Amino acid sequence: MAISPIKEAPNQTEVAGSDSAVSVRNITKNYGDVEALRDMSLEFPRGQLTSLLGPSGCGKTTLLKIIAGLLEPTSGYVEVNGKTVSGPGPDRAFVFQDFALLPWATVLNNVAFGLEMRGVARSEREAIAEKYIGDVGLSGFEHSYPHELSGGMRQRVGLARALSVDADVLLMDEPFSAVDEQTRRKFQEDLLNLVQNENKTFIFVTHSIEEAVYVSDQIAILLPRPSRVSEIIRPSSFRNKGVENIRRDPEYLDIVDDIWSSLRTYVE
Amino acid sequence: MLSRANLLKILSALVLCGAWEIAGRIPVSYAFPTFLDSMRAFFEMIGNGMMLAAYKETLRPLVIGIMISAVLGIGLGLWVGLNDFFDWLFSPIFIVMQAAPLAALIPLLVLAYGIGLTSKVLVVCIMAMPVIVLNTSGAVRNTPESFKEMGKSFLASRTSVLLRIVIPAASPVIFAGLRLGISAGFIGAILAELKITPTGVGDIITYSRSIADYPSMYAAIFSIILLAVLFLNLLEKIETILFKGNQRGYISD
Repeated sequence: MAISPIKEAPNQTEVAGSDSAVSVRNITKNYGDVEALRDMSLEFPRGQLTSLLGPSGCGKTTLLKIIAGLLEPTSGYVEVNGKTVSGPGPDRAFVFQDFALLPWATVLNNVAFGLEMRGVARSEREAIAEKYIGDVGLSGFEHSYPHELSGGMRQRVGLARALSVDADVLLMDEPFSAVDEQTRRKFQEDLLNLVQNENKTFIFVTHSIEEAVYVSDQIAILLPRPSRVSEIIRPSSFRNKGVENIRRDPEYLDIVDDIWSSLRTYVE
Repeated sequence: MLSRANLLKILSALVLCGAWEIAGRIPVSYAFPTFLDSMRAFFEMIGNGMMLAAYKETLRPLVIGIMISAVLGIGLGLWVGLNDFFDWLFSPIFIVMQAAPLAALIPLLVLAYGIGLTSKVLVVCIMAMPVIVLNTSGAVRNTPESFKEMGKSFLASRTSVLLRIVIPAASPVIFAGLRLGISAGFIGAILAELKITPTGVGDIITYSRSIADYPSMYAAIFSIILLAVLFLNLLEKIETILFKGNQRGYISD
């Protein structure tokens, strides 16, 4: 994934008119007596990256898994492309925090797993998998096993697996939290390219304020106990200034500071 | 050229045989023959066909018992591991079976099933099956949650999750259970021949002891250990071929 100019941030009026790929409506989730999410509603605009950001225990991963169809909400519902979610579906693909690669399968078979489960014939799914392995920069590692790869490379395999099934919505659960800082920065730049080039909607869970502001078109700040959306922030001015300039842009720095000052009371 | 690992295996076997030879020459006991005497008896019994005839007898309950234990044990283990109700129903039985003093229970088995093949197969099964069932169910229950979530989110059916994720993930522990179970099965087969009716290898052991032919007795014991070791090595090869990437463990390092 080569570096290319970052797409321009859509302006506010355009967003208001654009449709949502994913809508979360009045979701409540209880674990026994514990209320993890309360009456949460949130829109995820099509073709954009929305971050779910908040202190630990704020239910961001729970919300993501409900959208994925891996967890059932206690009440409320999720719509993806206008259809109510009742379980995992072909319109969504998941990138896991711990990669969730099968250690006994080669990179090629790991990437092709989703296609295999969709019943794609062997030669076809291997061709598709090889293409995406190349796209994430892992050509030549098709027949390696996960334990032979570094952490960053393993997450690239996880990303290739999610991309290969060509879902509309990509759900990413703290995908870069288990890789080192430098790899992480490269990943963030690559992610911006991906958002621009692939016509997909990204939902990105992170606990890093800088990361959320850097990669997001929209940031939903979640606050804990019970979890609720406290604020939605849409960075507007620094998207078109190039990846190198984002981190010293005044708006970027202001947003990072603002988010921290609103979150700090919740971090003990 | 031999690999380092194989070289070490041969070296440790040589050390063991050497220690045996020395212990036999001291001698630690009148009833403990030297290694070389035992080997002489070993090849003599192979030469005169005694060994072959004995193994024809011994292998029958052993092979039948191990087959039943492996197939039924893994099947039951999967069932117990995947379903809380069957866990509640079956787990205690196998825990009791594993802890039971089998030698003391053999008269009961003979009373119920006679002195034929059935009793002997049962002894092998009682020895081999519990550890296979308990290992399999434990391994299945401990499948990493993220693997199962991954399967579900990429639209794997229940069967696919079981066949493509749960069983391969559990395979190292299942195979460890098979190794332990099969070793125990070998012990069970000999135990049955010593305690129920003296046939096959058990007969050689009992008979040579009764006429104080200790080299032959130890040769018989040696042969069954050798067979068990060879068989366990074969099992390891099968595991390596089936689940290649598992060899270096999981990626959660």
